Amino acid sequence: MGTRPWVAAVFLLPALVLLGALVAYPIVYTVKRSFYDADGSAFIGLKNFGTVFSDHGILTAVRNNVVWVVVAPAVATALGLVFAVLTERVRWGTAFKLIVFMPMAISMLAAGIIFRLVYEQDPSQGVANAVVVAVHDTFTDNAAYPGARPRPNSDLRPTAGGSFTSKSTAATGAPADLPLIGIPQNKVPSGARDAKPAPAQPGSVTGTVWLDFRPGGTGKPGVIDPGEKALSGVKVQAVKDGKVVASAKSGKDGTYKLPAAAVGAQLRLPGSNFAGKYEGINWLGPSLVTPSIIASYIWMWAGFAMVLIAAGLAGVPRELMEQARVDGANEWQVFRRITVPLLAPVLVVVTVTLMINVLKIFDLVYIIAPGNTQQNANVLALQLYLSSFGGGDDQGVGSAIGVILLLLVLPVMIFNIRRLRKEGRR
Amino acid sequence: MHRLKGKTHIAPSGSASRRTTRIALAVVSASALALGAAACGGGGSDNGGKKTDTPTTSAAAPSGNGGALQLPDLHGQKLEVAAVWTGPEQKNFQKVLDEFDKRTGAKTTFVPTGDSQSTFLGTKIQGGAPPDVAFLAQNGVLHQFADKGWLKPLGPEAQAQLGKNFSPGWQKLGAWKGKQYGVYAKVSNKSLIWYNAAAFSNAGATEPKTWADFLKTAETVFESGTTPVSIGGADGWTLTDWFENIYLSQAGPEKYDQLAAHTIKWTDPSVKAALTTLGQLFGNKDLIAGGAKGALGTDFPKSVTQTFSANPPAAAMVYEGDFVSAFISANTKAKVGTDAKEFPFPAVGTGKAPVVSGGDVGVALKDGKGAQALLTFIASTDAAKVWAQGGGYLSPNKSLDLSAYPDDVQRNIAQSLIAAGDDFRFDMSDQAPAAFGGTKGEGEWKDLQDFLAKPSDVAGAQAKLEADATKAYGS
Repeated sequence: MGTRPWVAAVFLLPALVLLGALVAYPIVYTVKRSFYDADGSAFIGLKNFGTVFSDHGILTAVRNNVVWVVVAPAVATALGLVFAVLTERVRWGTAFKLIVFMPMAISMLAAGIIFRLVYEQDPSQGVANAVVVAVHDTFTDNAAYPGARPRPNSDLRPTAGGSFTSKSTAATGAPADLPLIGIPQNKVPSGARDAKPAPAQPGSVTGTVWLDFRPGGTGKPGVIDPGEKALSGVKVQAVKDGKVVASAKSGKDGTYKLPAAAVGAQLRLPGSNFAGKYEGINWLGPSLVTPSIIASYIWMWAGFAMVLIAAGLAGVPRELMEQARVDGANEWQVFRRITVPLLAPVLVVVTVTLMINVLKIFDLVYIIAPGNTQQNANVLALQLYLSSFGGGDDQGVGSAIGVILLLLVLPVMIFNIRRLRKEGRR
Repeated sequence: MHRLKGKTHIAPSGSASRRTTRIALAVVSASALALGAAACGGGGSDNGGKKTDTPTTSAAAPSGNGGALQLPDLHGQKLEVAAVWTGPEQKNFQKVLDEFDKRTGAKTTFVPTGDSQSTFLGTKIQGGAPPDVAFLAQNGVLHQFADKGWLKPLGPEAQAQLGKNFSPGWQKLGAWKGKQYGVYAKVSNKSLIWYNAAAFSNAGATEPKTWADFLKTAETVFESGTTPVSIGGADGWTLTDWFENIYLSQAGPEKYDQLAAHTIKWTDPSVKAALTTLGQLFGNKDLIAGGAKGALGTDFPKSVTQTFSANPPAAAMVYEGDFVSAFISANTKAKVGTDAKEFPFPAVGTGKAPVVSGGDVGVALKDGKGAQALLTFIASTDAAKVWAQGGGYLSPNKSLDLSAYPDDVQRNIAQSLIAAGDDFRFDMSDQAPAAFGGTKGEGEWKDLQDFLAKPSDVAGAQAKLEADATKAYGS
């Protein structure tokens, strides 16, 4: 019973019409559109493609896309493989799988907003920096008065390393007072006493370190007014010819006392007194923005890879592994020599699917990248949108980028189809 | 920045102010009926006899306007009005529409356009079903629509109201190629610096009048231990507004217009001077909350919130337009007028204090009495009064009595806007092509963010701005 060609054609027609209208026509039109200018009125040949490959921003997008395609599917698949193999061994494996798969239930947009918050610079808002800062602060001491500095126009001048050094040299008998400002009233340690002038002591250099500010701006600059607070624990060094000859810390009443060696030396407040708080990592800064966004992508898609690989794993014949173990292979060898080769077809499917998925990545980048580093995080699909609609208003260039994306996806597609055919024949 | 306005007014208007609004409305509407009846007689309409309320004596009519507003009878007519406003902003405008309905008998419906306004309206127009009246948030869209022949010029009645109540500068903004198309009925004043009153009094700081004083005030505030200035650098448009204020004051309105039209280059010495001035603030990490890095990670809403919460606040001052007050009321416990106050943007160099403004322009998209009557009403002082009482609204209508505004803060802002006369300028980035002045991560937004990150490189910023402007303006 042979099929007559026209019967076949009739049955194929609806599918062909749908495919033609929804897939083939848009592709053809996009290709055609990419040869026309912004209005779509004048034929300009390959000029749009020229624009794409000369525009600095678009080149960044191409480079980032390469990074994405190489890193994201590989890491997601590798993690998925590890999760799949490990969850087979634990009793609560299903629960674990469920949790890892959960992010897949969230839309890209929601995931983008979540990670925008995760990567927030302020440690009190972004969980990533909260962790980093907490770890950092456990191992390093904080400065006594972060952000403070001497009064401008006072004797102390800013010097290297965030320190401040006096212009004049210290002498005995004349107290060298060191006024500081820029400390909120409620950040002065509770129980701080009012500052008082240091008594002159023969054979040593003395002075007071104090907060030279009274609420309402009522104090006189450089003068220890009643009510101004003493600052304890500030390190004062005496420097002669670039060498520290003596050092002291201010006491409860703000006074300090340096030995006779300090006479004739310059006084220095080292930067460690004022070092700003550790601010954490600039996750969304120019250099880290793409890796950060890729991490959020992996968070979403590792679960997908895991589930597919776990399904493949279920189909792997157990006897082979048992056999290998009986023959004396250790677990790593079993994994490396038996499990992975048997899973290879599934791994390829997962990687290729993710590659296609990654080539068109748009939402995560658009949402997570802040305005000032959006160009650093740029990818082709985002640039396509920006060029066509988001300000560029040049659908010619947009179409050209679309065509380039198509050309990039094609080899992966062909590879996928070939492999499927081969499998069908087997 | 126009987009913002849709999101801006989350602030609930207090029930007290709502009540007074209602009482006022009752008075106005009673008198309106009297006026409406008079208009009926002249209009010669046939179905005007449906009125159920008897008009009160005409003595109750507000005398401020001279009772000259004549609106046709529009019973049975349906009008559609489109604008970006949502939430309280829309509710407030609805009161104006209700008032119009009461006076004319028309039935108006409000259609929110969403953020992509020109796309929304464009498709409606091309589909043959445009709204009767639309409020355009961008000046450039007015020009674009007028060129396509989509806009209907204002009729004589609307022109008369416009001429009477609006300064020539505001009239000119609504015109294109010699024809008057639009009424700038709702505007914003983007030349305000809001400050935390407690932080100022703690530091003993006072409201500065000039840029030099402003920097000194910032220094004083720093000494008190509070970081002086909060910048929402994650949103590029706040930075363009900073630049525009400094440029308008320092280089003057003529240069401002030239730069907005890109007839002078961004490499001009006047731009260099303005950026250098801006760098005096941006380049001093002590003066900016979080330093440049922190500012670039702060979006506009957060820049406001962090200025008016916690003790000490993360910053003492934040710059932006009148819409900041809505954010303060909605997102912090601070009370506008007592905890949060504002002063006009300081004058730079020898220039006058700048007034940079933005706004929505009402245009007619359909022929007919209805659309023209609504625009006439919108341009009238009566409408502005109803609108103003709801709060969160600024009118460039110079005949509007300032007592119509609900509080002193609104009044002050309106006063400085009106006092600027024709020396105000429309937001430059809103006049520029979107690719330059209105796109995240591109053009002026991105270039000024880079400048904030590296304020020492004035020449580099200028070169980048000029390159991007050339690309976007196509010249």
